[in-house]
Amino acid sequence: MLTSMDAAAMSRAITRIAHEIVERHPDPEPLMLVGMRTRGVPLAERLAVRIEGIDGRRVPVGAIDISLYRDDLAQRPHARMQPSRIPEDIDGAIIVLVDDVLYTGRSIRAALDALIHYGRPAVIELGVLIDRGHRELPIRADYVGKNIPTQRGDDVRVSLLESDGEDCVGIFVERLSRGR
Amino acid sequence: MDTGARTPLVEPVVDWRHRHLLDVDVLSEAEIMRILSTADAMAEVLQRNVARTPALRGVTIFNLFYEASTRTRSSFELAGKILGADVINVSGSGSSVEKGESLVETLNTISAVGADAVVMRHHASGAPWLAARTIDGHIVNAGDGQHAHPTQALLDAYVLIKEFGDLTGRKVVIVGDILHSRVARSNLWSLTTLGAEVTLVAPRPLLPAALSNGASEREHPLALPSVRVESDLDRAIVGADAVMALRIQNERLRGNLLPSSAEYARRYQLTSERIADASPEAIVMHPGPMNEGVEIAVDVAHSPQSRIEAQVSAGLAVRMAVLFLLIRGGA
Repeated sequence: MLTSMDAAAMSRAITRIAHEIVERHPDPEPLMLVGMRTRGVPLAERLAVRIEGIDGRRVPVGAIDISLYRDDLAQRPHARMQPSRIPEDIDGAIIVLVDDVLYTGRSIRAALDALIHYGRPAVIELGVLIDRGHRELPIRADYVGKNIPTQRGDDVRVSLLESDGEDCVGIFVERLSRGR
Repeated sequence: MDTGARTPLVEPVVDWRHRHLLDVDVLSEAEIMRILSTADAMAEVLQRNVARTPALRGVTIFNLFYEASTRTRSSFELAGKILGADVINVSGSGSSVEKGESLVETLNTISAVGADAVVMRHHASGAPWLAARTIDGHIVNAGDGQHAHPTQALLDAYVLIKEFGDLTGRKVVIVGDILHSRVARSNLWSLTTLGAEVTLVAPRPLLPAALSNGASEREHPLALPSVRVESDLDRAIVGADAVMALRIQNERLRGNLLPSSAEYARRYQLTSERIADASPEAIVMHPGPMNEGVEIAVDVAHSPQSRIEAQVSAGLAVRMAVLFLLIRGGA
């Protein structure tokens, strides 16, 4: 495994994204952060804490579960489902959708479909800790913690204190012996 | 829009291994909890502006109902539609069943036109097991004869768990026509699996023979240690956490099993006086349809302790969870 981001780098990346969000959407714009289950949720909560530290604003944080919206439901069994939680009316809100890793873009597509079933936000933006490339849909992130070039077969794993006991990003490179 | 300070049920990590839901007796505690926690997430879906999802898009579900039903049939229909499935209703009347088509023929027909799942209610106990052997699709038992009604038991468990958190040691009293009740039979399995202490209460003629001979209260002779049998409701209800009344069917009153509805009501009706002897935070349940004034007093049915409406809305979320897990759970 290659460590691509340690705890200090992760903390700096989250702080920088928080500053970028505040710069683009100064108080009192109706901002809401929505984390994608599972690791997007603690990231969204951390961003909200940072934003409050910057301009004192308390930004509502939601959580969205995309199990019912995945486009591969028929191919692979769904793992587990937890209730989504959208804390306020999203009509007219500026939503920053938050996830740990942006890869094919398919999960984001599913989250967008789920979100608009709650109402009509003014804007939906996307913030991710890691962008590893290989998009399969026309989706891009508005806020990126770090771009990491990867091969398709690589495995990028984000560990967070809240769910995994430590903050780091590791890359498990596809074995060369299986190579191409 | 906020769904309040609800604590989501913790979903156990357990692989889904069932293609059918025929009864709850084959479900482990972890499997029941997986259904209930999925139902919890489904309950949130129902609160969205647009309560529709694409999870079962392209799936065709047949509702095959040989017996009358309002709640079960409409909630299965809606559950399928909310999840994006196409739902087709076939009832005993108005279909080829009236022309004498057999159950197997009907099943083969709907299988041939492309049923991915069949939700089935039938007056013959065991009919869904026959269906599961006959066709390829997923079978959901929506009530068979006097045998099983698994989704009712699961929605009852959901209401109880949302109320009490953990059912271990909770006292649940089920009163009514135990002998003929598929609701009681399925509830017995799921509630004991979840750790509740179940007391079945009925006049002697409405208790299964295996349970009613001998003393008025005794342990179940089978491997269900936490089931008690009682013919005195006033004694059974003391300290109960939940009391569930079952419908007394008119045909039982016309037969020789019961003297009259008035006599039944005098000894077994859930009245506010009787509920006062239960635990102070006890809840009242009924699977419906109710005979208000027979098995349950009107004021009790509509009291703050009543969860009868909650049962109906839980039914929708639980049936969504069941359809989703059976069809998309990977088994």
